[in-house]
Amino acid sequence: MNLILHVWRQKGPNDKGRLEQYEAKDVSPDMSFLEMLDEVNEDLIAKGVEPIEFDHDCREGICGTCSQVINGIPHGPEREITTCQLHMRRFQDGDQIYIEPWRSRAFPIIKDLMVDRNSLDRIIQSYGYTSTHTGGVADGNALLVPKPAADMAMDAAACISCGACVAACPNASAMLFTSAKVSQMAVLPQGVAEAVRRVKAMVGQMDSEGFGNCTNHYECEAACPKGIRTTFISRMNRELMKSMVKAD
Amino acid sequence: MILDGKCPTGPIQESWDKHRFDMKLVNPANKRKYKVLVVGTGLAGGAAAASLGELGYNVEAFCYQDSARRAHSIAAQGGINAAKNYPNDGDSIYRLFYDTIKGGDFRAREADVWRLAQVSNNIIDQCVAQGVPFARDYAGYLDNRSFGGAQVSRTFYARGQTGQQLLLGAYQALMRQVKVGSVKLFARREMLDLVVVDGEAKGITCRNLVTGEIESYWGDAVILATGGYVNVFYLSTNAMGCSVTASWKAARKGAFFANPCYTQIHPTCIPQTGDHQSKLTLMSESLRNDGRCWVPKKKEDCDKPAGEIADEDRDYYLERKYPSFGNLAPRDIASRAAKEQCDDERGVGPGKRGVYLDYQSAIDRVGEDTIRERYGNLFQMYEKITDENAYKQPMRIYPAPHYSMGGLWVDYNCMSNLPGLFVLGEANFSVHGANRLGASALMQGLADGYFVIPYTIANYLAGVKPGSVTDEHPEFKKSAEEVQGQVDKLMNINGKKSVAQFHRELGKIMWENVGMARSDESLNNALKLIPELRDEFWQNVKVTGTKEEVNSQLENAGRVADFFEFGELLAKDALHREESCGGHFRVEHQTEDGEAMRDDENFTYAAAWEFKGAGNEPELHKEPLKFENVQLAVRSYK
Repeated sequence: MNLILHVWRQKGPNDKGRLEQYEAKDVSPDMSFLEMLDEVNEDLIAKGVEPIEFDHDCREGICGTCSQVINGIPHGPEREITTCQLHMRRFQDGDQIYIEPWRSRAFPIIKDLMVDRNSLDRIIQSYGYTSTHTGGVADGNALLVPKPAADMAMDAAACISCGACVAACPNASAMLFTSAKVSQMAVLPQGVAEAVRRVKAMVGQMDSEGFGNCTNHYECEAACPKGIRTTFISRMNRELMKSMVKAD
Repeated sequence: MILDGKCPTGPIQESWDKHRFDMKLVNPANKRKYKVLVVGTGLAGGAAAASLGELGYNVEAFCYQDSARRAHSIAAQGGINAAKNYPNDGDSIYRLFYDTIKGGDFRAREADVWRLAQVSNNIIDQCVAQGVPFARDYAGYLDNRSFGGAQVSRTFYARGQTGQQLLLGAYQALMRQVKVGSVKLFARREMLDLVVVDGEAKGITCRNLVTGEIESYWGDAVILATGGYVNVFYLSTNAMGCSVTASWKAARKGAFFANPCYTQIHPTCIPQTGDHQSKLTLMSESLRNDGRCWVPKKKEDCDKPAGEIADEDRDYYLERKYPSFGNLAPRDIASRAAKEQCDDERGVGPGKRGVYLDYQSAIDRVGEDTIRERYGNLFQMYEKITDENAYKQPMRIYPAPHYSMGGLWVDYNCMSNLPGLFVLGEANFSVHGANRLGASALMQGLADGYFVIPYTIANYLAGVKPGSVTDEHPEFKKSAEEVQGQVDKLMNINGKKSVAQFHRELGKIMWENVGMARSDESLNNALKLIPELRDEFWQNVKVTGTKEEVNSQLENAGRVADFFEFGELLAKDALHREESCGGHFRVEHQTEDGEAMRDDENFTYAAAWEFKGAGNEPELHKEPLKFENVQLAVRSYK
């Protein structure tokens, strides 16, 4: 199939940026979306045009590096996958595809489709862990974690930190991301000791990074490639309320 | 030169404990005076940087990704081994040790493997304390699953995302140290040279992947945890950014590269669909717990839908050939068996390079819901890529390059022959011999990072004056100029062919001649073709853009340039090793029924190669392997 792409090109953080139009020819339905872009880039290189820069690495949906808004939807039209897992069989001959970077004040653009997501790392730095150090811990079975709690922790821990939740939110809120880590630690006995300090610190950091607030649009859940639920946001709000009445 | 691995002597059960006592320590007040550089933030590097930061060392950590959490350890699916013996099925440290030595086809060092098995139990405890959500039963106890090459259930897992969860545990520990200030993190940096001063590793030269600046960093010791090199095959299960560059730059500065020919071809990957393919996707080995591998018995059945082939017309070839291990035969054996079936023209799917992995009998036995619970995310991943529903029809799989057992040579302390250069995880050669068992890579990465390097690095640093060499030393400037020189050279060729075209061609040469089956003829062919293509690369590669900005073409050009030099070494090592062992299969050395045939008399050694300049013959150094606790035996899984 043949497609028309409209791709966001921006030389650097201070460049204004614009949409450029490119043709993608002879696209196979078996190609992944990024492989289609690889081919477009090969064409551009042959013509002496600088190829489109985009973040990507594992190309199997787990590293969380790829980050493209495709036709207005983070990671494209299919539910619960990343851009690298999107395949061209989802598109039809003659389709026009708009490809843009994540947009949020907390994710400055580096070049073209690449953004800086270190703000998410700083949220984890602020208390997204248990303060355990290497060595001197108890046997793994000394602490019992019944299956439902372990499963719920895993549901939350599946987050890949891609930032689609932020990109999808009209407020560019990072509540889904932050709440996933807060909730994982809150449902596990290992996280209980620091629960109060954790939720305060993480929410505080999230606010200071310039992410917006949650106003219940649920766009984050719809865009999340790992199916992380907004119930974790409710849980985080509960944890935050509790932290206001409990001592550190 | 005969290399010495400096293994402790005496009973192996006490070797690590005794060695820990014998090693020198660094006083707590002095630790902060030492600066340690850690390159790579996967399981090994992330765990090392976090643990060393906790101990009080001044750590600087580097990764090419935008975040430390994205290292390719994250993609490991199935699980992590430990000798806990929770299921009461006869496991022990000795058994894990024995399985790993045997799985590696008797080409690994006994003492290193023993230590790995011994600390495996600490890893599970550590990860649980971090909040890693391992699978549990309703009573709250940790669950185990089986994996290839073992007859006990010793694999701990977190759904199909074990690598992700373990890495996030290490990453979170690392982030905590970043917050405290003991670790400084430099993301989007690629190491492009090792700085060696008077024979000792004292720093690195990096390219800032955002600004293009060439930056120097000094340290009292340098740790490389930069992963494996199977992207030399172009198509592999590795991430796009995985390369041999950091290791190869160290090799060019004098670090020996050991056993490069030991590459693992993983049996269960999704088959290639066309030339556009940029990578291959692994389906966890854990799938072989419940899936059964088969191909049609008759060639004429290969084009029929799988459902129309009667059970008696199916050849469950692993169960037939290896009745005691069946579908859980180790990776090298399962991969070769798949290739045999396809070479016999009984492969299925496009190009007939595929075999079936069938869940029907497991679904009949335990129900679709249980299978979904165990492997749901893998089935989903499969469907996204192939548009096929594996609950209704069997998966198609084919082997693909996955892991490198070879790597930089290190002694028992994980230190290379260059003092001050430590190498951890997949980047070193130490514990997997000629073949790695499933769920052992995560174990090794975390063992090296959490429980080995914190001890062994002190033994080295105790003899070093902190800050004795800094980036003021002229070697740093020289290294930066060399790196700048290579960048300029690549930018100025301005040829006709893209970097990806060269990489693809190199990969094809490697896969066809140095892949799953290697012969004297194919290896010599590779050794003729690689230098030719390399020469063309340096005449005709086209790198667009400029060097002072984000430029992935330039990044990849540097990586491919290193793969050219390294690929040649890999082929040379494979040619010199006149035996078949583990992942290294020389067609000249096989038994009548096609099994690998080792030559213990002549090849019971690790081959460590010394770089002697581009285009010159590398020099071979041997480290003899001694087996005192296991009997060298024919590796049988029948």
